[in-house]
Amino acid sequence: MSEAKMIRPRRGKTEPGPASKPEPGARGERNSVKVVVAGHVDHGKSTLVGRLLHDTGSLPEGKREAVTEMCRRRGMPFEWAFVTDALRAERDQGITIDVSHIWFRTSSRDYVLLDAPGHREFLRNLVTGAAASDAGLLVIDAAEGVREQSRRHAFLLSLLGIGQLVVAVNKMDLADWAEGRFAAVSRDMNAYLASIGMAPARLVPVSAREGDNIAARSARLPWYVGPTILEALEGFAAAPPDTQRPLRLPVQDVYKFDARRIIAGRVEAGRLAVGDRLLFSPSGKTARITTIETWQAPARRTAEAGESIGITLDEQIFVERGEVASHAEAPPVLTDVFRARVFWLGERPLERGARYRMKCQTAESEVEIQAIDRVIDTADLSERPVAAAERDMVADVVIRARGLLAVDDYRTGPRTGRFALVDGDAIAGGGTISTEGYPDQRPLMVQKSQNLRAVSHRVSAAMRRQRTGHAGGVLWFTGLSGAGKSTIAIACEQRLFIEGYQVYVLDGDNMRQGLNQNLGFSPDDRAENIRRVGEVAALFADAGMLIISAFIAPYRSDRERARRSAERLKGAASFHEIYIEAPLAICEERDPKGLYRLARNGKISDFTGISAPYEPPETPDLRVDTAALTIEAAVERVIDYVRRNFPLGRS
Amino acid sequence: MTHLDALEAQTIHILREAFACIDRLAMLWSFGKDSQALLFMVRRAFFGHVPFPVIHIDTSYEPPEMLEFRDRIAAEWKLDLVVGRNEAALAQGMSHTRGRILCCSALKTAALRQTIAAHGFTGVIAGIRRDEEGTRAKERVFSPRDAEGRYDSRHQPPEFWDHYATEFPKGAHVRIHPLLHWTEIDVWRYLARESIPVVSLYFSQGGRRYRSLGCAPCTGTVASEASSIAEIITELEQTRIPERAGRLQDREAEDAFERLRAGGHM
Repeated sequence: MSEAKMIRPRRGKTEPGPASKPEPGARGERNSVKVVVAGHVDHGKSTLVGRLLHDTGSLPEGKREAVTEMCRRRGMPFEWAFVTDALRAERDQGITIDVSHIWFRTSSRDYVLLDAPGHREFLRNLVTGAAASDAGLLVIDAAEGVREQSRRHAFLLSLLGIGQLVVAVNKMDLADWAEGRFAAVSRDMNAYLASIGMAPARLVPVSAREGDNIAARSARLPWYVGPTILEALEGFAAAPPDTQRPLRLPVQDVYKFDARRIIAGRVEAGRLAVGDRLLFSPSGKTARITTIETWQAPARRTAEAGESIGITLDEQIFVERGEVASHAEAPPVLTDVFRARVFWLGERPLERGARYRMKCQTAESEVEIQAIDRVIDTADLSERPVAAAERDMVADVVIRARGLLAVDDYRTGPRTGRFALVDGDAIAGGGTISTEGYPDQRPLMVQKSQNLRAVSHRVSAAMRRQRTGHAGGVLWFTGLSGAGKSTIAIACEQRLFIEGYQVYVLDGDNMRQGLNQNLGFSPDDRAENIRRVGEVAALFADAGMLIISAFIAPYRSDRERARRSAERLKGAASFHEIYIEAPLAICEERDPKGLYRLARNGKISDFTGISAPYEPPETPDLRVDTAALTIEAAVERVIDYVRRNFPLGRS
Repeated sequence: MTHLDALEAQTIHILREAFACIDRLAMLWSFGKDSQALLFMVRRAFFGHVPFPVIHIDTSYEPPEMLEFRDRIAAEWKLDLVVGRNEAALAQGMSHTRGRILCCSALKTAALRQTIAAHGFTGVIAGIRRDEEGTRAKERVFSPRDAEGRYDSRHQPPEFWDHYATEFPKGAHVRIHPLLHWTEIDVWRYLARESIPVVSLYFSQGGRRYRSLGCAPCTGTVASEASSIAEIITELEQTRIPERAGRLQDREAEDAFERLRAGGHM
């Protein structure tokens, strides 16, 4: 039987400042803050954690004695790191393999320290620890200074959304307690943080082994007037739930255990109340909240971010796991394409064209890496334009999904703007979403008019064809500004008209000056512009004409929509995607309207190819390479295509 | 939200993820304080229902108070109770006298493996906490096991925010740990707040009480006058004695518990 006795906590060897004082009889509700500890291998993370536990009187009974015994058996001096490195493999190799969670408390609140590994091999454990944390504690060896892993870890903390950082400049005892050394490391670290857009960190000179400036102020560092590590930790704030942002309730499941049909999920942002009308995305269905269900808890009419709840609705609409409920006024973005910054941990590299399963809250979808814009080596921030990202690298990518997804930009909706990528069975990466440069497709989808009835014409497609001598159709040009779309379109219009075609060019001039004069050049307006062009082209084509549309039309989804519009009318009209192709460098050199120069100088924003994306067609019906062909030859290619696909002749 | 509300919301979120993503799910139930709190939260997550079987790994060496408690709660809470025993080992007289680790491996780890295989469970919920013991501190919320139930601490999947690995090779299963982020004192405060019944062995009798429950021969008591949950909380606010101090199997070797867990122990 255990002979253990209950004893009151002792103070550590060094008298801790605000820490370790238990509050007898204190009840329940204390704040807790999660702090991830990171840093280069051998810079002393585990030692610092062991020391912090000891100096705050948080070590369990007998732990120090057990570590003394372990060290004696191995014939080595007392090792603080053994306190947390609980696995045998770690003890023998002297490195932390996995994330260890350690609890300690001060008079003001509770802490969970995540002792993350510094060995490059085990970065995914750091990610697991850091992704769940409120703040970071980075340990740097004063003598070695800022090293590869110091930079890499700081970058990852920033990527994972951890804005609060304290840096312990450790082993000051081995650096002769020199102020100059501390100042140099501080300068280096803050310069790096500035370069990745992080605020300067609070830096503290310490010796973890000796216990200087951990819980108690050190007499050996008289030139330092800032806080100890413990005081710096007390300055961290726990991340508050996102109650102030727009409502996001991802549907986790629908339960029908009894007569009730309960929609279950965790409120990730905002608030809701009984009676609110909810909009479910991407389905677009709506219903009102009838009840917030509870079990052995008081009845309630409101709920807010952070709570796992269940609700019933006034209408039995079909919604399922993966949809996101919001209020109609501030819904998530609907898109099938977005930019993302991905941290890759997969065994196989992240590749352009590869398909993965994406988990975004409760939604799972098939996605493809449409483009890899750049790969960043987080150790030195060097960038490489490569087709694949290896394990432990960060990549800026464009992700395309099979269908529409309801997402948020990470900057405005962090909890619904991040995701994990699954390769086979394994979680292989995580990322944050940027919706910049791509339109919200929700406004394009919404069918606002109701009670529509198709009018049946008494003039058939065949009769129109008899009149014009050819079938109607849309020649949908797409390509970069300067690729030659307008030049070729205008020349083709003239040639085809002379040959006998009823042909007309839709371009920026005739569309934007009238029908689309209320639209600008933001991604949303450009998408709406192209939607209207697509609808007008479809009507003209249905009327029997040959339409050439000469717009950049940079988004694949917009071109697909234009194709569907033409095909929806079910006439004889057909849709032909024609890629007027030239490399960006050549278009920029041509720069017929001087727009590239303005875009490069930052005088035009959202300029395709420079500050906004262009998505080339994957399988265009015709490809016209204007870098290789003269204008005349290019025009001839199109004319030839039209003759073959729209033969003239009144049958 | 209070601290306990936040812990509870996270646990319910994990339980619902498991229920939504795992085909054949079950929960380990030892009737200890942690699994009592967890089972209560299952009922809260699923609005009064326990929509999967609960497994008791019966070593035959547990104190009678525990089995009486099991039968009472199982009836009151309408549980689908699965009792797993390593009958072969018991028939051969397995007990702690042959070695505590050997006994634990046979009557708990192997019995669990047999039960999982017999019922074809692909996910097992377990109420372990990170603050209990070093190897548990390193656990994942969704922790994959191979076909033999083994746990490989070196190759654990990353967990990005609350996105868990829910796909596994055929034959493997996953342990789901919805209480990892709780501490011992959190659990007691929650039991008190929700008035959840616990086994009487936790309360002081003759100046001693059980702090952690297990088989009678291998589980010791600690000196304590605490005879109510409120008094236990007051006691825990001041103690520095580790929770598993009374669990003798942990002391067989420096890495005893670690080796048990690598083999698939809960």
